[in-house]
Amino acid sequence: MYRISKEKLNDLYAKINETSGLYIPVKRAGEVNYAVWGEGKEVSLETLKTVKSPKSMFFPQTENMMKFKTDGKNIEVIDVREQFDERRPFVLFGVKACDYKAIEVLDKVFLGDPVDSYYKMRRETTTIVTLACSRPEESCFCKVFDVDATAPQGDVTTWLDAEYLYWQANTEKGEALTALVQELLEEGGETEVATQQAQTKAVIERLPFSNLDLSRFTPENLNALFNEKEWEEMSEACLGCGTCTFVCPTCQCFDIRDFKTNEGVIRYRCWDSCMYSDFTLMAHGNSRTTQMQRFRQRFMHKLVYYPSQYDGTYSCVGCGRCVNKCPQNLNIVKVIKTLGGKNND
Amino acid sequence: MIEETLIPKVGVITDVRKDTPDVKTFRVVGTDGKKLFQHMPGQCAMVSVPGVGECMFSITSSPTNEEYMEFSIKKCGCVTEVIHAMEVGQQITVRGPYGKNFPVEEDFKGKDLLFIAGGIGLAPLRSVINYVRHYRDHYGKVVIVYGARSKDDLVDIEEIQTEWMNEPNIEVYLTIDRPQEGWDGHVGFVPAYVKELGLDPNMTAVLCGPPIMIKFTLAGLLELGFEKSRVYTTLELRMKCGVGKCGRCNVGDKFVCKDGPVFRMTELDELPDEY
Ligand SMILES: Cc1cc2nc3c(=O)[nH]c(=O)nc-3n(C[C@H](O)[C@H](O)[C@H](O)COP(=O)(O)OP(=O)(O)OC[C@H]3O[C@@H](n4cnc5c(N)ncnc54)[C@H](O)[C@@H]3O)c2cc1C
Ligand code: SF4
Ligand code: SF4
Ligand code: FES
Repeated sequence: MYRISKEKLNDLYAKINETSGLYIPVKRAGEVNYAVWGEGKEVSLETLKTVKSPKSMFFPQTENMMKFKTDGKNIEVIDVREQFDERRPFVLFGVKACDYKAIEVLDKVFLGDPVDSYYKMRRETTTIVTLACSRPEESCFCKVFDVDATAPQGDVTTWLDAEYLYWQANTEKGEALTALVQELLEEGGETEVATQQAQTKAVIERLPFSNLDLSRFTPENLNALFNEKEWEEMSEACLGCGTCTFVCPTCQCFDIRDFKTNEGVIRYRCWDSCMYSDFTLMAHGNSRTTQMQRFRQRFMHKLVYYPSQYDGTYSCVGCGRCVNKCPQNLNIVKVIKTLGGKNND
Repeated sequence: MIEETLIPKVGVITDVRKDTPDVKTFRVVGTDGKKLFQHMPGQCAMVSVPGVGECMFSITSSPTNEEYMEFSIKKCGCVTEVIHAMEVGQQITVRGPYGKNFPVEEDFKGKDLLFIAGGIGLAPLRSVINYVRHYRDHYGKVVIVYGARSKDDLVDIEEIQTEWMNEPNIEVYLTIDRPQEGWDGHVGFVPAYVKELGLDPNMTAVLCGPPIMIKFTLAGLLELGFEKSRVYTTLELRMKCGVGKCGRCNVGDKFVCKDGPVFRMTELDELPDEY
């Protein structure tokens, strides 16, 4: 294990920035989000919940996928993916354990057959440096989903205390990054990290949502859960604004659309939301006509459908963003408490 | 550069047939004149008009056709309207094939087959029927029941009348909803007709058509003693990616684009009622 004193973090960022783009939580206009690092940027590593999750590094909110040139009756398809070849490698820095788990959740979707090349190319050229949490918030419940906030995975894991950032490489990519910044690192930190981990774990135990019961969310209960009458009441206040889906680090839904420009047609994809009424609209009808059905879809997907599709892994990671951001104070915690199992009261 | 299923191939329309007032069948090949890709009966493809949009259609031609693919397209919105205005020589884009096919090489082999279609629902069935005709001796009896609103709404009536109806070993029953001048065939809805025909319940049945037709026809078949595990249908949900990633077309834990569109009735029974 290595460490670097907090005063030298700027040198660390600058060093990384020499060879790679650096995406890191940065405070702008009072809000913290992942952004490109540069001298003078206000880095805020400690912020637990960036407004948008780092998923946009691999699955951007909007992304051009291809172009078409049309000439009379003819069409030419232009592959725009060459842009990736020219793109600098990236280091994504400061990813919290829940958000890292969320990337693994999205990996199963986008790297599964057939591989999504857009996602894969971004993913492959990015080195992920995670940061262990030391001050979890009340809305955090990652423990429920077996996330260890004190030992996130990733290419490099880091821990931060009052004086130092501690550094441990986990993968080949991580070793390469370590070699690059070696001159700034010094050995040490095992005891400090262990102490911090023990303290944080004790705090996590006491968080209000740390012991939610998920036991009823199994594929066998799919239909029983789907037919619960509680969905009506739980979803009544939902505005269908889609905020919960856009801030969620594991929401995968996207739309594919065309945009006419002077130089031809651009086909792009953008995040979409199952909370919207036209999400499933077809020429001859709509399979989800009520907000209750859409609300149910979102939470059933996280807690039942996704686990059933991918070996039992839940697609909620307990980041708590939807808990903080829903204007109507609806969220997955309420759903779990209502339907998750008898140990929820 | 690795392959990307979302990037389509360019196809050229080589023939346009007007089947009904709102359905046209388009023949498509690649720019090299060859078939764009192989598929199995029941699989679909995403067809697009750049700048307008992409839509999923069943590949209605049989895989045994080595020369081209066909799509029977009903005019019902932005993209399909533009496609309907297209002429021979126009290029479009196509990607696929997507979805699970009918189990023609597995469960259907050696069985007596009953095909029941309503309206544009013939599109996915035409592919299977012509596949079965191609490998005729691999299958038992073939019975086809096809209905539409009026005689003008029967898709591919020419092929049905000149080819299917003249083949030994294939029984074809046509019906239209209301009496019409120039029609001396059966009149009445498909579900009622199916019951009237007193079909052999040991056949393996495939149903395609509007949800309401499927619902009543299935009930009729069950009354006749058909087994649900030997009745198949296809589902249609809004689609974007076609490969189980955009999150749009699920029914419960199944993505219709990837795990369907072909489903056994017993599989549908296990899914929540949201399609
Ligand atoms: C698996 C599958 C197989 C299909 N096979 C055929 C076929 O063989 N022949 C045929 O005529 N039609 C078929 N359809 C329906 C066809 O996709 C729609 O009629 C078509 O998308 C309508 O598009 P539009 O832009 O003209 O209509 P609009 O209503 O303007 O469509 C707007 C958007 O809604 C979507 N949409 C609208 N209706 C449907 C629908 N019924 N299903 C899915 N998405 C829809 C379109 O993708 C489009 O992006 C099939 C659909 C699916 C899912
Ligand atoms: S559902 Fe809510 S708590 Fe769970 S991962 Fe998404 S935003 Fe975070
Ligand atoms: S649950 Fe809340 S955040 Fe999500 S769509 Fe409904 S009102 Fe918006
Ligand atoms: S169409 Fe995208 S998931 Fe089925």
